[in-house]
Amino acid sequence: MSPAIRVQSQDFDLQAEIDALTAGRRDIGAVVTFTGLCRDEQGALSALELEHYPGMAEAEMLRIGKLAIERFSLLGLTAVHRYGKIRPGENIVLVIAAAPHRQAAFDGANFMMDFLKTSAPFWKKEHGADGSQGDWVSAKDADDAAREKWK
Amino acid sequence: MNTKLVYFAWVRERIGKGEEDIELPADVVTVRDLLNHLKTLGDEYENALQFPEVIRVAIDQEHVEHSEKIAGAREIGIFPPMTGG
Repeated sequence: MSPAIRVQSQDFDLQAEIDALTAGRRDIGAVVTFTGLCRDEQGALSALELEHYPGMAEAEMLRIGKLAIERFSLLGLTAVHRYGKIRPGENIVLVIAAAPHRQAAFDGANFMMDFLKTSAPFWKKEHGADGSQGDWVSAKDADDAAREKWK
Repeated sequence: MNTKLVYFAWVRERIGKGEEDIELPADVVTVRDLLNHLKTLGDEYENALQFPEVIRVAIDQEHVEHSEKIAGAREIGIFPPMTGG
């Protein structure tokens, strides 16, 4: 089974994605979803601009997704990542993991996100509320540390 | 033979272009050699690649270490650490 991977500018519909993953299945006992949103801190941000490496972004998400399916014996996995300008409160990323039981579904979604953050070629640039073009977001050591727990 | 280079995020902004085809000297063997070579091409490259240890590189859209040989590469991506998700 291959993960369903998409990189797109438009928003996604959580329920529609769950329905697509579980349609006609009788063996799925657990579905875990993670949604990452654009977050503003102290009203300083008007938008994040998400840049990606077309082709490699999809390939890397597919590679990580296959690892997750194999490691946690998932019954289904969907990952959608948006690009372009995204405003505070809007969706950036979606991961859905389906498994017979909850622990594998939780772990599968968690694993997918940890590796996606550090390996999938996406970059965030901040646009300020005052119209300024801000800085590129820096990579966080905490994200590398989060990935280490799966060793 | 020319190699296609593609740049992203602040590497792209500092170099001032998203991609280019360049001919590499024969003594450019590894990714590390490539980054050092690019730094000699002008201030914009020097500015983008002044701390090569933080730069990430992909050959034909797969992550590689700086020690990797670049022979046979069709496309080499050069970019900062990733910040998606």
